[in-house]
Amino acid sequence: MKRGRLVSWLLIVFGVLYFSVPLLGTFEFSLRLLRGVYSLAAYRIVLADPRFGATVAYSTALAVATIVVGVLLVVPTAYWIQLRLPWLRPVVEFITLLPLVIPAIVLVFGYLRIYNSSSVLPFTGSERTTDLLLMFSYVTLALPYMYRAVDTGLRAIDVRTLTEAAQSLGAGWSTILLGVILPNVRVAVLSGAFLTFAIVIGEFTMASLLDRPAFGPYLQNIGANRAYEPAALSIISFAITWACMGLLQVFGRGTPAQVAGAH
Amino acid sequence: MRPLAVQPSPGLPGEGLAIPPPPATSLWVSGVSWAWVGIVPFFVFALMFLIVPTSFLVVGGFQDSQGHFTLRNLQDLLQPTIVSSYLISIKVSAASAIGGALVGFALAYAAIAGGLPTWVRSTLMTFSGVASNFAGVPLAFAFLATLGRTGLATALLVNVFGFNIYNAGFNLLSFWGLTITYMYFQIPLMVLIMAPAIDGIKREWREASANLGANTLEFWRYIALPILWPPMLGSTLLLFANAFGAVATAYALTGSSLNIVTIVLFAQIRGDVLHNPNLGYALALGMILITGLSNAAYIWLRGRSERWLR
Amino acid sequence: MTFLEIENLQKRFAQTTAVEHVQLEVTRGEFVSFLGPSGCGKTTTLRIIAGFESPSSGAIRLEGVDITHRPPNQRNVGMVFQSYALFPNMTVAENVGFGLKVAKKPAAVIRHTVEEMLNLIKLPALGNRYPYQLSGGQQQRVALARALAIKPQVLLLDEPLSALDAKIRVSLRNEIRSIQRELGITTIYVTHDQEEALSLSDRIVVMSEGRVEQIGTPFEIYNFPRTAFVASFVGTLNILRGHVADAAGGKIVVDGQEVMASRALEHARVGDVCTVALRPEVVTLGEAAGNGNRMQGTVEDVNFLGSIVRVRVRFKDNAISVDTFNNPRLSLPQRGQALTVSFPHEAVLALEAPSST
Repeated sequence: MKRGRLVSWLLIVFGVLYFSVPLLGTFEFSLRLLRGVYSLAAYRIVLADPRFGATVAYSTALAVATIVVGVLLVVPTAYWIQLRLPWLRPVVEFITLLPLVIPAIVLVFGYLRIYNSSSVLPFTGSERTTDLLLMFSYVTLALPYMYRAVDTGLRAIDVRTLTEAAQSLGAGWSTILLGVILPNVRVAVLSGAFLTFAIVIGEFTMASLLDRPAFGPYLQNIGANRAYEPAALSIISFAITWACMGLLQVFGRGTPAQVAGAH
Repeated sequence: MRPLAVQPSPGLPGEGLAIPPPPATSLWVSGVSWAWVGIVPFFVFALMFLIVPTSFLVVGGFQDSQGHFTLRNLQDLLQPTIVSSYLISIKVSAASAIGGALVGFALAYAAIAGGLPTWVRSTLMTFSGVASNFAGVPLAFAFLATLGRTGLATALLVNVFGFNIYNAGFNLLSFWGLTITYMYFQIPLMVLIMAPAIDGIKREWREASANLGANTLEFWRYIALPILWPPMLGSTLLLFANAFGAVATAYALTGSSLNIVTIVLFAQIRGDVLHNPNLGYALALGMILITGLSNAAYIWLRGRSERWLR
Repeated sequence: MTFLEIENLQKRFAQTTAVEHVQLEVTRGEFVSFLGPSGCGKTTTLRIIAGFESPSSGAIRLEGVDITHRPPNQRNVGMVFQSYALFPNMTVAENVGFGLKVAKKPAAVIRHTVEEMLNLIKLPALGNRYPYQLSGGQQQRVALARALAIKPQVLLLDEPLSALDAKIRVSLRNEIRSIQRELGITTIYVTHDQEEALSLSDRIVVMSEGRVEQIGTPFEIYNFPRTAFVASFVGTLNILRGHVADAAGGKIVVDGQEVMASRALEHARVGDVCTVALRPEVVTLGEAAGNGNRMQGTVEDVNFLGSIVRVRVRFKDNAISVDTFNNPRLSLPQRGQALTVSFPHEAVLALEAPSST
């Protein structure tokens, strides 16, 4: 067994190297803006760029909207499936798996074809409505994770008994959902929210094809034109992802992390 | 002792009161079940943003510009440039999937069942959760900064080992560069997916097999591998589908120098470079087929092994 | 002659000593139980015999051969795990035949032995089932068959019945014992259930906190416990605390009343605190004939348990439980009633004073 342990340690060391070297390399690269000396100049330039602030604000706002709409969509659905319509569960679960199977680029291709200016629902007709479409796209991307988190959270509480207790005390449906169910799945919703935030902040494909000023396309644009700033942005982006995932681990015990976001 | 009083009341024994049942808030209002109202938004959403767009593309792949049914687009898919783009996509996806699967499995097994302290496992899981989301544009930048011509690792290899990988023919902006970059999120994903399966290999089985005379190799051959290969293969397929649908990383890294399917589709959406919109639909259709089959196979394989482990 | 020898075994983990100075000689065909609470070291000792742990010091000898440092897959001991540990991807027949397949026995031999084993555990028709299709009791029997198929020299069982329902436990333990007798295989059985140990074993090793408290037959362990731990762990027990009045005469004073033991109190001086034990079934209510011990007390509680009536009698600081058979012709004692209890001199067990009380 001793030999096995040595091999295990070697593998772990290799893993550590493989994962830390690109991060270290990026960080080191980001410090090289001023020739010959390490400095945080690249970061200063990036943070001072008005487009940085604008795109981060845009993406953040979009993320928050996505989370709200997502929660409003998913929580009642998961609730009704558990309570009254268990036979629909396979259908709903299949639907929530579709965004994982159908690549994002295919989805946005479909949106552009169906919801362009000459269609019944001209989402791409104006900037605001395109923002709306982008938000719905993000809700779609986040759907599997949000649904899984909320569903798990609902299973952990006895939905039926809570509902019956609330009903016997005279509560109507909206009170039950907002006042009883939602607070009890707060943790699950939070974990879904963090994952959604990470997805939206880094997303590139949909934002780029829908031509919206999100953080993802901004990143790519900087990368095409500058040398050192992209590395700084990369580190910033990684820090944000790390923060989201870290909060997710803290709040979302048991929710398996998955690959999300643009890749 | 006094005899139990016989009471016909349906309430709790010993009590005189019968508590009436709670008023059932009726779900049926004017014949429409409120339950359905609760989930209609979800289905409308699914239709609008999942089912209809995808079906539109699928149907469009079988139509010509006038809307008539044709198999011409599928035929056009067989033109050399498109076939080659599919092939490159498949190769990159397969390479990063297999590489990610092998390394990921080895890492996961080492951390979970390799006799190491428990903090190694939890650290690996946490890090995998983060690293599997570090993808897309920032990941491309990270690798450019590391393995690019002026990257840290490249420079280190030159300065410490005197070995210039670019002189030796390596180029980050190529098939292998993209594969290695993809593996940065494939490996953690494999770790996360396989961890439960590896957990499922109970320590007692190892001990029981040793007790019955088997050595490590025989344990793997007769017990561990038969149980693990379905989820391993399934996960590899999942990784494959994952890489196949990726576009942001490739766009930021290799741009249009590596013509994978998603890049071609990206260009087609932007500006109809194929000069044939319906061909774009067929392209998307091909993608859906490949990712769909991979995911279906993953689910089937996952079910196979779970059958025994009930 | 000694078949299995455990010599001065010791196992230390980081801060704790799990096993200390365990010494045992087992004869061929003997059924020995290791009995004790969780964490007493019994499972660790078993795992050292099986080879899954290596001792810090000491030796294991099987038929005179030192196997202390042999890897677990070369010891020819069969182990039955608490969680059955059946290989889920193999049928019952494949599980049972696994040890033989690894030993590269010919297929015909494997088939024959598997059939023999399945008949032994009385599950001849389940060869093609998978473990997940079997009940807990069936799985454990298959685990037993699998361990026996390789014809081991020693059979080790690690709390094999603790995961099963109470009813199955009783029938299965009798089955295990009868199979063991039939095959005449030397067996080490680890359990925390004293009823199991008492009913199955030729000898019992009672362990606590890594140390052996007592080794003896079930009769000896129950009737002549050597320490307070053994007395209290095995069966229920009454404890009386008093002072030594006459060490040579075996006389102590408990709550102002004189109690005599049948033997002298060793290593005691007048005035020492002394603890004695009494089994509930040796005490009788009322004045008994002859010149045994008598004590006057008050009835504190009466528990009617069906066939047994358990009466709690309080003296001053001490109280004892008296078990008496239900007798419909007699009325139950009332609480607060004054009562005399009697017990013979031999029933008074002087306990080795523990190092701290």
